[in-house]
Amino acid sequence: MKYLAEFQNPELARGLLDDIRAAVTRPWALMEVCGGQTHTIIRQGIDQLLPDGVELIHGPGCPVCVTPLEVIDKALAIAARPGVIFCSFGDMLRVPGTDRDLFRVRSEGGDVRVVYSPLDALRIATENPDREVVFFGIGFETTAPPNAMAVHQARKRGIRNFSMLVSHVRVPPAIDAVMGSPDCRVQGFLAAGHVCSVMGTSEYPELAARHRVPIVVTGFEPLDILEGIRRVVRQLERGEHTVDNAYPRAVRPEGNPAARAMLADVFEVTDRAWRGIGTIPLSGWRLSPRYREHDAEHRFDVVDIATREPAACRSGEVLQGLLKPNQCEAFGTDCTPRSPLGATMVSSEGACAAYYLYRRLGTPTTPLEASSVV
Amino acid sequence: MCLAVPGRVVEIAERDGARMAVVDFSGVVKDVCLEYLPDLKVGEYAIVHVGFALQRLDEESARKTLALFEELGLLQEEFGDPWEVER
Ligand code: SF4
Repeated sequence: MKYLAEFQNPELARGLLDDIRAAVTRPWALMEVCGGQTHTIIRQGIDQLLPDGVELIHGPGCPVCVTPLEVIDKALAIAARPGVIFCSFGDMLRVPGTDRDLFRVRSEGGDVRVVYSPLDALRIATENPDREVVFFGIGFETTAPPNAMAVHQARKRGIRNFSMLVSHVRVPPAIDAVMGSPDCRVQGFLAAGHVCSVMGTSEYPELAARHRVPIVVTGFEPLDILEGIRRVVRQLERGEHTVDNAYPRAVRPEGNPAARAMLADVFEVTDRAWRGIGTIPLSGWRLSPRYREHDAEHRFDVVDIATREPAACRSGEVLQGLLKPNQCEAFGTDCTPRSPLGATMVSSEGACAAYYLYRRLGTPTTPLEASSVV
Repeated sequence: MCLAVPGRVVEIAERDGARMAVVDFSGVVKDVCLEYLPDLKVGEYAIVHVGFALQRLDEESARKTLALFEELGLLQEEFGDPWEVER
């Protein structure tokens, strides 16, 4: 159990919690979309500090978790080729493919390198003109513009030995899919702040109106999350369903126009399979035909790959908010961060990893009154 | 990888046809691309994600966020070497 005293500003946190408690007259279920927010919530025990009845459901917002198994297997196949330097963000290394992960490929002699930025991969390509350099381009709308820039630069500078395996995903279609599911219990959304830093808020009013659901753009620090919850609850209690921005210090309505322009140039919207969830229409990006030369799927023949998910893993339900991680049979026994069955246990933003890391080992505890734990 | 960390611009230079900056994240210094925030100036703060400045941030909120990240060990997670972390 965490304590209010652990908040950076406990007084402000207490004030927000008091406001939420005063506003709530009946139970509400809210979904935080972003995996970074899930981590803050579990680490700070925000779910346990909320008044009875206000439930947080963890959303699918972890790019590492939702990258389809087929794409992971393609990455593994490309990384294992002689002559290839395979570059990736560090948190993809342990994501299990059908029968191995990138760590294994590296220990078997593959040249797998961890980069901090896609531009590092581009630099590696210029330094190794006789090798094929492939970058694993995954992530939501926050990561897509940097990756788009790397491809754009490769074309502009004529760096022909650089290609990207692209599996980018978009948040609004995922919100639409969550709301469209017959089992959906979500009544309000905390939208992912940094996604909106890039994309702005223009995609949300239509979603909020059509599903009659409040959407509040929320940051990922503890107080940001409490403020987001406060605003969603206030709307719900009043019967409203609008888009509100609780993270104005980083989110402008128009987002980042230069980044959006680059996205439109380099990528095109496509249907995308989400690991554990299935295909969501128009929920991803792939390279547009103009950049085909830099598309790793075209450069390497990796079309027919047979994939197999471990039967015990219930990450699909976890990602859709239908199951809490500690309700999975394998949680903490057959499945741990050291030997994960599913991607949600591997990624530092994954819900299963958050529960494991912060010791939510048993069945979910009933929310406690904040006053009783401070 | 999903973390976006505020940092302060220390130096700006054109490199390989792109506007680049040296950015200080509480002592960790990284090269950052400014193509998406071309009018960012030395001394200003921005939210940086995978080596790209994505949105301006005022100094006070940037400092608060950085202090929090440092305390929680998230800076190490973001900038540390994953081969090392694994061992
Ligand atoms: S605990 Fe492991 S097996 Fe269970 S859903 Fe999470 S990742 Fe899958």
